[in-house]
Amino acid sequence: MSANSVPASIPDSAQIDIAPPSGWLDIEFRELWRYRELAYFFVWRAIKIRYKQTLIGAAWAVVQPVATMLVFSVIFGYLGKMPTGKLPYPVFYFSGLLPWTYFAGALQSVTNSVVEQQHVVTKVYFPRLLLPISAVIPGLLDFAIGLLVFLPVLFAYHLVPGMAVLTLPLYILLEMATALSVGLWLAALNSLYRDVHHLIPFVVQLWMLLSPVVYPATLVPERWRWLYGLNPMVGVIEGFRWSLTGSGQPSNLLPALATGGVLVVLLGGLAFFRRMESVIADVV
Amino acid sequence: MNDVVIRVENLGKRYHIGEHVAYLTLRDALARVLAAPLRNFQSPSDTTRDTEASEIWALRDVSFEVRRGEVIGIIGANGAGKSTLLKILSRVIKPTVGHAQIRGRLGSLLEVGTGFHPELTGRENTFMNGAILGMRKRDILRKFDEIVAFAEIEKFIDTPVKYYSSGMYVRLAFSVAAHLEPEILLVDEVLAVGDVAFQKRCLGRMGDVARQGRTVLFVSHNMGAVALLCNSAIVLERGRIQAIGDSRQAISKYLARSSERAQEVYNLEEQRRLDPASRPEVEFLTLEFEGISAKLVPADADLSVRMKVRGNEAVSNFSFYLSILAADGSPVGSCSGAQVHSIQAGEVGSYRLQLPNPSLARGSYRMHVAVGAGNERTGFRMFDTAADVLHFDVMAPPGQDGTISEWQKNWGFIRFRNLISAKCD
Repeated sequence: MSANSVPASIPDSAQIDIAPPSGWLDIEFRELWRYRELAYFFVWRAIKIRYKQTLIGAAWAVVQPVATMLVFSVIFGYLGKMPTGKLPYPVFYFSGLLPWTYFAGALQSVTNSVVEQQHVVTKVYFPRLLLPISAVIPGLLDFAIGLLVFLPVLFAYHLVPGMAVLTLPLYILLEMATALSVGLWLAALNSLYRDVHHLIPFVVQLWMLLSPVVYPATLVPERWRWLYGLNPMVGVIEGFRWSLTGSGQPSNLLPALATGGVLVVLLGGLAFFRRMESVIADVV
Repeated sequence: MNDVVIRVENLGKRYHIGEHVAYLTLRDALARVLAAPLRNFQSPSDTTRDTEASEIWALRDVSFEVRRGEVIGIIGANGAGKSTLLKILSRVIKPTVGHAQIRGRLGSLLEVGTGFHPELTGRENTFMNGAILGMRKRDILRKFDEIVAFAEIEKFIDTPVKYYSSGMYVRLAFSVAAHLEPEILLVDEVLAVGDVAFQKRCLGRMGDVARQGRTVLFVSHNMGAVALLCNSAIVLERGRIQAIGDSRQAISKYLARSSERAQEVYNLEEQRRLDPASRPEVEFLTLEFEGISAKLVPADADLSVRMKVRGNEAVSNFSFYLSILAADGSPVGSCSGAQVHSIQAGEVGSYRLQLPNPSLARGSYRMHVAVGAGNERTGFRMFDTAADVLHFDVMAPPGQDGTISEWQKNWGFIRFRNLISAKCD
């Protein structure tokens, strides 16, 4: 064997101190950064595995939102006469379902990220935060594919994204942060209490009804809208719709509320996850 | 080069018995929170007694130092705390008290093939596994050809590993691990898997690592390997260091004590509570010999073991595996059960393992028994392994019809049943 080869660089600091868990928010960002390649590999693996041994592969990324869009358009639109403003039903529902589908998927992957990797978690050390963080990324691929399918629909109705489209990345970031922030809590809880597993589909379903996917946010009475806006997905979906279609610009209130809410939940989630991290390998 | 690279001081790990035995449910946690105010009304002495009864120290007051270049074996019975110690040093779990310092790049191998995914190709798994073990992409790229050559799977490197034979799977997994070149290496019982050729290769590789001046901590049931590779050894018993020092002396101390421990019924459930992290799909509860006394096994007897196992999940295709080891831990032989069983979640079942006359020579032996699933395609996956159990002594065979009744150690462990000679024309 290569006795003279350079030793592999283990991304660890020169000295490791092992001690009982302490502190609430001692996140070692430098360590996370050292392990960035592993995060990349987790993402890469998730994408590789996602559509292996499926019949139509990545086409699933298209089928799901398109089929839901058609059903929603018929039921809530043409039959239910939802007041969607200037937007045709297919555009309205597609533009709401795109961010929602990503969010629901990301929330589930983050929640399951630790439990799914329990085999690795009980055998090898790495910053556990890598798991939830890298779980928000793979869904972006499906999301991008969905976006590509959405554009022709948009053009078919003679709509073209205006300057507002420049804000799109911000809404995507906000959405990722939302999935991560709530997912961190659920991921830690999930590794301790398997109830979370049963809770998730239910949470996702209720959350969709509390977000402007099926109906426009303007349906909520003006005086309650601040409360409604505390759900970050309200700002995300409204903003997303506006940035792509140019109509229905959300008030500044919604994105601001969303960002504030997410930051609070995210910081709490990070602390909670770190706190639970030391227990996770003991119990998963 | 005498500097200390691992310093362990008063390390301890406490588990709460019962609390982690089943998956926690939210309901239990809520019940406990609601009961908490009541508990506060109890007198302090009551509370201490209560907690002492329900907790157990898997590791206690463990202190030692390891200098650069030392190769140290960690030995002890099941549940003695070996794996707990290694897991703490690998940072997989955190200690309850005490602390440890490790200076140098650390590589830990608690198993081989961590993170392998059956749908991914050998190439893809090599990168994934390497990254999980802490290698950088550029290091994996640089060593890639070497890894593949060592595993001897060049032709299949772009085939999903689910089509690999178990041998190929393990070779690749080990090869990745073998190319991790840390300054300090922690190795758990990885030698217990794979065939004899693979074990030899592991040993050879470990020897290489040791000769390169790296520091190695090595958990094993194979006393022969420990004696061969390690300068010194730590004997753990019930979470405490029972002996530490020269490996040969430590081993003989351990063996002397372990033969005292020979027992008729092995209750693994009790021992497992020490490590609630492991919750295998199917686990052993008890093991015992059936129809024979472990102290006096006739030379030509069939070995029969009765096992109680519990399914923690519904498993439809598990089998049993058995290895016999000599008293010093060197393997004598192994066999996989041909039958496939199924079990429901929560079901406790009794099974019988029968090994028709293994023709063992006189001497002391012990077994590794494992339950797992697997076929040539996916590789074997063990759910639960009961290592170093079912100690037994084989008596001298009856001196009938010219059978040799005296047996010398260097004749080996197997007394072949027939030797046929015939004069050729």
